[in-house]
Amino acid sequence: MTDFAEAHRPSNLSQTGLSETETERVSYLRAGHSLSSWLFTTDHKRIAILYLISITFFFFVGGAAAALIRLDLLTPKADLLTNEGYNRAFTIHGVIMVWFFLIPSIPNTFGNFLVPLMIGARDLAFPRLNLLSWYIFMLAGLFTLFVLIAGGVDTGWTFYTPLSSMFAHANVVLAATAVFIAGFSSILTGINFIVTTHKLRCPGMTWGRLPLFVWSIYATSLVLVLATPVLSITLVLIAAERLFGLGIFNPALGGDPLLYQHLFWFYSHPAVYIMVLPALGVVSELVAAAAHKPIFGYQFVAGSSLAIAVIGFFVWGHHMFVAGQSMYASAVFSFLSLLVAVPSGIKVYNWTATLYKGHISLDPPFLFAMAFIGLFVVGGLTGLILAMLAVDVHVHDTYFVVAHFHYIMVGGTVSAFFGALHFWWPKMIGRKYSLVWGRLSAIFIFLGFNLTFFPQFLLGYWGMPRRYHVYAPQFQVLHVFSSTGASVLAVAYLVPFLYLFYSMRYGEPAGDNPWPAIGLEWTTPSPPPKHNFAKIPVVSGPPYDYHVEIEGKDG
Amino acid sequence: MVETLVTEPYSDPRQQHDAAMMGMYIFLGNEVMLFGGLFAVALYTRLVHTKEAVAASRALHYGIGGTNTAILLTSSLCIALAVEAGRQGERKLAIRWLIGAIVLGLGFLSLKGYEYLEEFQEGLMPFTGFDTAIKTPVQHLYMDLYLIATGLHALHMVIGVGLLAYLVIGLSKRWIVVPERAITLIVVGLYWHFVDAVWVFLYPVLYLAR
Repeated sequence: MTDFAEAHRPSNLSQTGLSETETERVSYLRAGHSLSSWLFTTDHKRIAILYLISITFFFFVGGAAAALIRLDLLTPKADLLTNEGYNRAFTIHGVIMVWFFLIPSIPNTFGNFLVPLMIGARDLAFPRLNLLSWYIFMLAGLFTLFVLIAGGVDTGWTFYTPLSSMFAHANVVLAATAVFIAGFSSILTGINFIVTTHKLRCPGMTWGRLPLFVWSIYATSLVLVLATPVLSITLVLIAAERLFGLGIFNPALGGDPLLYQHLFWFYSHPAVYIMVLPALGVVSELVAAAAHKPIFGYQFVAGSSLAIAVIGFFVWGHHMFVAGQSMYASAVFSFLSLLVAVPSGIKVYNWTATLYKGHISLDPPFLFAMAFIGLFVVGGLTGLILAMLAVDVHVHDTYFVVAHFHYIMVGGTVSAFFGALHFWWPKMIGRKYSLVWGRLSAIFIFLGFNLTFFPQFLLGYWGMPRRYHVYAPQFQVLHVFSSTGASVLAVAYLVPFLYLFYSMRYGEPAGDNPWPAIGLEWTTPSPPPKHNFAKIPVVSGPPYDYHVEIEGKDG
Repeated sequence: MVETLVTEPYSDPRQQHDAAMMGMYIFLGNEVMLFGGLFAVALYTRLVHTKEAVAASRALHYGIGGTNTAILLTSSLCIALAVEAGRQGERKLAIRWLIGAIVLGLGFLSLKGYEYLEEFQEGLMPFTGFDTAIKTPVQHLYMDLYLIATGLHALHMVIGVGLLAYLVIGLSKRWIVVPERAITLIVVGLYWHFVDAVWVFLYPVLYLAR
């Protein structure tokens, strides 16, 4: 800082919200290089980077468990893992992927980074709470790793009673504690996003002008805040049963094991939408930017996010069609589950209509978005099959279910996560990466994914139950296909980290708006300065205000 | 509005105040869901096993519960007065009302502890080996729910008393300045009223379901 600037520094800088030093005004990445400048930051962009690093780490831990599972399934016999070991491998895969990758993935990294930028704010509503939420998340993560080292859990990620409460001899209470703690991180993040969206929109940023990504993060946050506490109390009940013998779920003591499933899925089905709603928001952004057209049916795409969030609360019973719940309840849950297809369908049709006659650029973000749409449609349609009462009896607890939710969670959410990473990377880091490598990895992720999980639909339909590692020999061919696909997928997931890291040092500067796309985040420098906007922007037009060609006018 | 300290990322005191209030209300909405699961289970038990649930409810000391209800409601009055004093900038008065609420809160917890002890001696506590007076599985479930729900509420009370103590220390050491930072009092006050309201529902659901 020059002497002149020092002399003319306003005295109430913390109140004006402007960055204090010249370097902070240049880029948030340069505002301090010490470890403490990262670990004690309240800058939403730096916290997003902290989350990005930690969830990437957990993604690879969960991926390693998946690799063990797929290796073991190469042969019908148990050669690699013991029965116990296999149970522990898929449990840790599920727990880590669900609570330490999928749920925080897009909201906590891209939501943190983008929501304030997209609505024209200098930070989230509660910056310190945001940092606290990362620390809570890390504490929960370390707990989980400790459970892993201490021998793991064998109940499956669902912790079903009475297995988890009366029979499992593993660290159920520790694992439940880890998930319980992670819940607080989710809740704090959710509160922060909701209040930010309500209170910190810049002048002119009305609800009808919010970017669709913000809409989907908003809907996700509602689910986070309202569903997570139910999981918390459920895990408390499990711990109370294991530690003090309070048998809420133990029939011998008057309890009800099925009650656990009700309480668990009351959280965990909405949690599925926590995982996929942000991905839907990302794809809306990618599609509009790739087509260079206004999004088709903005109100419907925004409203469908809220509709999915609301309906998602009333479908939990479809996990219990064969668990002995009332037939009438099952019929209602079946109908409500089918209803989710309506808002999901609205989104897919509107994306397609947006692309129609657009000037599409085949850049990596677009390819990831297309991979998402394809896989999401397959996952969604097979979801309808599972929601049918009669069909579900046949495929319940088989690989059909495994394939279905991996199409949504991995095919959908992970593709969208990579799409978001490729789309906003130039904004976050300020450098361009190799587009060729980006396209290649998008294509190979799509192919590898299908090779891994499509055979599992067949396996499930022909009767291969989930969570078995010793199976009938006729299933082996398909399992070998699946494991081969998994290794393609593993390589395709690793490659982006190479060229993205490479771009951090050797990539050419990205410029403010490399794609070029419309949105407040693209009006800031790349990477943005510490306080995002030197002057709070004023919005005067609709969102996605791309130039529209009208036939006969512009050719 | 009196001069409020405005911190990043806000530019307007009103906006900052509204954001804090909204954040707290959403947090309390989330707390409602935390207790909501337990209430749903308790009401369902009452509905399906009416006779046994009523019998289990009769074994509880509704007198102690009733006294505690009165204590808690009075403590909420103290909090309301403390918050009002804080908004007016009457630091000492706010401290006095807060101490009053702390005393009542501790009174509630002691009485609750005494009640647990009584139940333990009567053989009503649902721990293996000590549940001598529990006759039916439904009563066992009822007492499980009772213990977990009131225990969770007591935990909230402990946190609440801790927060009030924090306010008292902050106000007397003057690192919470009123009326500029009265929002801290208001938000903690909301939490206290919420914990109070949970009890107002717990009491009839558990003790008076007869």
